[in-house]
Formats: sequence, structure tokens, C-alpha cells
Amino acid sequence: MLTYILFTLVVGSIYALLAQSLMLSWGLAGLVNLGLAGFFAVGAYASAMLTTWEQAPILVGVFAAVLAGGFAGLLVCFSTLRLRDDYLAIVTLGFAEIVRIVASNEVWLTGGTDGISGVPVMIARDTGIWFHLGTLLITVAAVILVYVLQRRLLASPWGRALRAVREDQTVASVAGKSIVRFKAQAFSLAAAIAGLAGALYGHYTSYVAPDQFQPLITIYIFLAVTAGGNARPAGAVLGAYLLVAFLEATRFLAEIAPGVTALQAAALREIAVGIGLVFVLTLRPDGLLPERSQKAPAS
Amino acid sequence: MRLLDVEGIVGGYASAEHIVKGVALSADADEVVTIIGPNGAGKSTALKLISGLLSPSQGRVLIGGEDITGQSPQAIAKAGLGFVPQERNVFGSLTVAENLEVSCLFERSAAKKRMEEAYGRFPMLSDKRRVSAKSLSGGQRQILAMAMALMGKPRALLLDEPTAGLSPKAAHELFEYIRSIAKEGIAILMVEQNALESLEVSDRAYVLVDGRNHLDGPAETVANDPDIRRLFLGGRATKPTGVDQQANPPRH
Repeated sequence: MLTYILFTLVVGSIYALLAQSLMLSWGLAGLVNLGLAGFFAVGAYASAMLTTWEQAPILVGVFAAVLAGGFAGLLVCFSTLRLRDDYLAIVTLGFAEIVRIVASNEVWLTGGTDGISGVPVMIARDTGIWFHLGTLLITVAAVILVYVLQRRLLASPWGRALRAVREDQTVASVAGKSIVRFKAQAFSLAAAIAGLAGALYGHYTSYVAPDQFQPLITIYIFLAVTAGGNARPAGAVLGAYLLVAFLEATRFLAEIAPGVTALQAAALREIAVGIGLVFVLTLRPDGLLPERSQKAPAS
Repeated sequence: MRLLDVEGIVGGYASAEHIVKGVALSADADEVVTIIGPNGAGKSTALKLISGLLSPSQGRVLIGGEDITGQSPQAIAKAGLGFVPQERNVFGSLTVAENLEVSCLFERSAAKKRMEEAYGRFPMLSDKRRVSAKSLSGGQRQILAMAMALMGKPRALLLDEPTAGLSPKAAHELFEYIRSIAKEGIAILMVEQNALESLEVSDRAYVLVDGRNHLDGPAETVANDPDIRRLFLGGRATKPTGVDQQANPPRH
């Protein structure tokens, strides 16, 4: 049971990283990024390939995953420069699917649908509970690190300009802000954070395969960020942990519900998640922790 | 001193379809210049072409003698042209202070000084500095938008229908601010629907029709031109006495 709780918390932390990635690109920069699972996959594969096949140290793998995520983010951003809103969402969704389908089919590159197994773990597996606990500490440290970084960015002139760009591109451009530069930086940084999440995930499950990066993950993260508050780092983190807790809790509820098949139980969980979100948004339309104005500079 | 010079600009939203078909405008320091004209004459489009939001396919735009034609809006802002777009012109979820700070084109230390100047010029903003811009009234929002444009220390300021949707009192207050800004040596070029009152505070006026210059001259002359009165100002040229009454509408 303790192992299960620790496992859930590690997954929650990975989701919290993804949620912070989405908060940056969607909540702050206003870029609807439905390709989150794709950047997550790019990070997971980058680190898994380097550490499993090339025997690189895990730290090098994680660093490469961050770079690969950021680079993929730049690529997607510059190929969608003229797109906004729904159109950007469609293209990013397509990107995530391309990553997944390429990973499934290019066996020489990614191992195909078999995936990459035997990915080195961060804490030796034979340490029992310490394996989970140690990994949890590392992932929580990553969440905190990204959280602190985001808080600092948000309070900086860069963060302010980013929110201005999100609000109105015309006004931001006549106020002397380069729209393209801010969008590319935010999108790329967000993708790098998703890449980090992917690497940590691979080094926990020690297995990376295409079916782990279904679009459903992106949707879950959107739910988490919407419920938690999409323009506040703490909101994104809170939403992610709550979502994972909710998903796991409903798993037990579905088991004890009488006269329901496993398939129906799974569907009931999805319904419960939807109702939960509607409930949260009815009470708190801007999420549990809505956007706060940054303190005006001392005057 | 000539601060803004627009020479025969042509352009529009699509490259094939020109809305502005050849417009020449200018504005000097200390001068308020109004552009009037019927709907669809290309007034707002002309401002977008000048500020770089659209690129002119012909013609030149000069700020203080410097050719800025076809540059990006950021570069044009830095060259000394402030632009206040119509209505949606502040960042709603940012506070008043944040709106000002984000509009500064200079170093942070300079931003603080400019912000203090803005608060001194518009005391209302000082009281509301921690309030988010979306909770401001229409008139307050226009004042904030103007203060934002002034953060960049512009030499020329373009205003696109600054009094649209404002109460007569708020519009009157805004026009007074516009006059006082011009007195600091800034050239102001504005497009206005509220033609009568904007001509009263202006030094000169241009009339655009169908994307071209139709008429220009001292604001008073334009305001009293019988054709203009009949076409754009709602006056009746056939009854001169009525015209005179409308030239100076009573203030409430």
C-alpha cells in the first residue's frame, strides 16, 4: 500500500511538471499547446536512448531531454508562427501524434512499439521502498525547482511582457514588444519542462514506449491546469496532484460500485473527472488558485 | 517643427485591395491634427499603415525626418511614434502599474521615472495603480492607453478614435488632456468620429474620402466648410443660421 501511495505521488509530481509546462505556454503566453504529450515523449525518448543504448549518465540524459524538448518546442513554434488559438491547437495536436506514430514505426530509431526497456533508474530498484521514496524526492525537487523558476519569471519584466502579449498582440507590438520572440521563448521553455518530465518518467518506470504518450495525457493536464488555475504556478501544481488523487480515488470507488463491469467502471471514472471539473469551475470559474496580479513595482 | 510626415501612402489588409489609395498627412510639434471622413474612408487603416501594423505598398512615413516606412511596429515605436489603438488598447488582466511598466521602451530605472511622470500627469492613474485595467471605466481606460503610449517618450502620437464610446464629459476631459500633451512638443494625429468637438481642439484637419485626401486646412476652416458640414458633421448647409448654432454647441 505504501508503495502504491508513493507511486501515485511520483506520477502526481510528473503531472505537476507537465502542468507547469502547460501553465507557461497556455496560461501565461496564451498558446494552446495540445502537443504536450509529444514534448513529454521527446524528453522520455531522448534520455532513454542516451542512457540505455549509449550508457550515458542519467544526468546527461536528463539534460539532453530538456534540450531536446526545448528544441522541439522551437521547431513547432516556428512552423506555426502565423497560427493562433484553434489552429495552433490543431497543429500541436498533430505534432504529438506524429511523435507517437514515428516512435511506433521507426523501429531502427526508437525500438518501435516494443519501446525501450531497461532504462536505468535513478535509485537502485533493489532498495525496496527507498527506490520509490528516493525517486519521489527527486521528482518533487524538480517540481519545486521549476516552480521557483516560474515564480521568478512571472515576477520579472519578461513575465509581465508575456502576459501583455497574451492579452493583446496588437497593443503589445505597438508597445515595442516583439511578439515572435516572446512566444518562441515561452513555448520552447514550456516544451523543455515537458521534456524534463518525460526523462524523469522514463527513469522511474525504466520503460519507454509509444503507448505511454497518448493524447489523453494532454487532456488530463488541461483538466488539471484548468481546475487549479491556468496562470499561476501553484494552481497548476495543485491541480495536477488533485487530478492524480482524484483519478486514483475513483479507481477504488469504481471497484466497490455494485453491478458494474470493469469497462463501465473505467467510463464512470472519466465521467466523474468531468463532473468534478464542472463542479470546480462552477464554484471557482478561474480555477482554485486564480491569476494574481504581480505586485506593482515599489514606487 | 515637422515631426510626422506621411507621403502618399497606399495599402490595406490584402495586398490586392487597397483601402488607403494615396494619403499625405503631416503633424508638427505642439500641433493637434484631426482626420475626419465618412465610414470606410480609410482613416483607421491609414493609422495602422503609419504605425507599422500594416505595411504600406507605396509611399513613405517619416518621424522627425527619419524614414521608418515598412519597419516593424516595435522599431517604429522605438523611433518615437506612439500609437493608441481603438477601444481594446490596454492589457485587461494587468494592473495599471503593470500596464505602464510593460509599455516602457527603456531600461527599468528609466521606467520608474516615466511612471512617476505618468502619475503626475494623470493623477487618476496614481490612485488606481494596483487595480487591474479591466475594472477601469471607458474614460479611465483611454487615459491609461494614452499614458502607456507616452511611456515610450514619443515624438508623435497617433490616436484612433480616443473618445469612442465615452460619455460627453469623459470625452471633453480626454480632449483637454490631448491638448495639454501637444503643448509639451508632441505632434498629435487623431482619427475621430466626434468630429465637431475634435475640430474644436485641433489646429488642423484632414478630410479623407475613399482612401484619398479630400480636403485639409485649419480646423476652423474645415469645420465651417459648408460641404463638409453637410456631409460629415450633420449640419445643414442650406440654413446658415443653424450652422452657426451648431458650430458652438452648448456645453453641459
